[in-house]
Amino acid sequence: MSAVLDVRGVVKAFGENVVLRGVDLAVDEHRVVALIGGSGSGKSTLLRCASLLEVVDDGQVLLDGEDITDPRVDADAVRRRLGVVFQAYNLFPHLSVLDNVTLAPVRVHGRSRSEAREEALGLLERIGLADKSGEYPDRLSGGQQQRVAIARALAVRPRVLLLDEITSALDPELVGEVLRLVREVAEQGMTIVMATHEMGFAKQVADTVCFLDRGVVLESGPPDQVLGDPVEARTRQFLSRIIDAGRL
Amino acid sequence: MFAVVAYLVVTSSPGWPRVQTTFFSLEVARDSFPSILRGLWLNVQVLLIAAVCVVVLGLGIAALRTLRGPAFAPLRFLATAYVDLFRGMPLIITLYLVGFGLPALRLQGIPTSYFVLGTVAIVLTYSAYVAEVFRAGIESVHPSQRAAARSLGLTHRQMMRIVVLPQAVRNVTPALLNDFVALQKDVGLISVLGAIDAVRAAQIYVGQTFNFTPYVVAGLLFVLLAVPTARIADAVSARARRRQQSGSTL
Repeated sequence: MSAVLDVRGVVKAFGENVVLRGVDLAVDEHRVVALIGGSGSGKSTLLRCASLLEVVDDGQVLLDGEDITDPRVDADAVRRRLGVVFQAYNLFPHLSVLDNVTLAPVRVHGRSRSEAREEALGLLERIGLADKSGEYPDRLSGGQQQRVAIARALAVRPRVLLLDEITSALDPELVGEVLRLVREVAEQGMTIVMATHEMGFAKQVADTVCFLDRGVVLESGPPDQVLGDPVEARTRQFLSRIIDAGRL
Repeated sequence: MFAVVAYLVVTSSPGWPRVQTTFFSLEVARDSFPSILRGLWLNVQVLLIAAVCVVVLGLGIAALRTLRGPAFAPLRFLATAYVDLFRGMPLIITLYLVGFGLPALRLQGIPTSYFVLGTVAIVLTYSAYVAEVFRAGIESVHPSQRAAARSLGLTHRQMMRIVVLPQAVRNVTPALLNDFVALQKDVGLISVLGAIDAVRAAQIYVGQTFNFTPYVVAGLLFVLLAVPTARIADAVSARARRRQQSGSTL
């Protein structure tokens, strides 16, 4: 089985600061990969490189076998096949919830307004926010906004869903509703890569957990192994800090 | 209190009776009013046409100035040079250069109407100002909005049109209205070219009678013109403030 998303030796530096030092990561279809690691370990940068929001300095990212980091590739066309959800939701504040969700299907994928609308309402129904479709994002709670952001990403029927610490900006009591939705999406077969600090959630939902440290994947494997019985000393150190903080 | 003192000081000054008849003569005001009002109509026309052109041109220049990437460096440079030139040049000099310089070239197709030339000069100056306001607005939209737009597959143009500009314009509407008020009175400067606007009409009357009341009349008419816009600007600013205080982070 060939990987949907295949990251090969990706290097990314911001000036002097080398954030990724040759990351390899293969994500098979219908799989959920969780990226864990301390802040500054490169999780977000890796996702931004994979979604072409950053240009890699070296290495390749393959999407369905196609090298999307090739400068000749139409980056807009590639981004159409990806869904990205951000830590700070990034909903468009001047558009209603419904317009946020239908924007890309109509403007980018050329679907008819009525078809996109119907599908968006279906998605909003699924995330339990159908009654908010006419509201503006700033009238919604953080958890609701993040669920809309997930619906917006799903509306383009992406090949891969990239989730960048999507619960980190939420109040603790709102984390659950967002994670429930992610779990549901995963169960329906979506291929997902998520950077997360929710170790418990990674343990339950992820097929693979990758521990990033100083810009490389130090250790990866099934969650029970990486989170329960890590090989690397630095993974253990990281996890013990997380346990001390009461997050596992 | 201050107003009362000022009023008493002015009206008790030795020159007051003279000033009253040469600046505040009701009779002269009545006589000159119709021609000044006709002139003001010209100002209003210039104002409306200029305002539309300024917004379009200003937006275009701001869009050029905020293009990213080395490929667009020449465009950015041109846009910056335009802004530097016309923002630095006093409006009255631009008026002279465009109003008297352009027709003197005697090129075919160059309009000779002072109405058109005056409007062009005003548009040149104000679009440079307004471009900077729009640029500030564009830069006030958080980069994460751009990232979200691009991640959905929107092209740069779509991102600007659908996501960035609507938010940018909303953020700078109070500043834009403020510039509109300034434009309302600066359209009176086309009189230096000889266009018969409100100021020029007043000037003609003053030249005939040596009474300055028509200037006061024209000035008050400009003030009346500006008041509604000023109130709209206040209302828009107040609304923007309420939006921000309601906890919106964008």
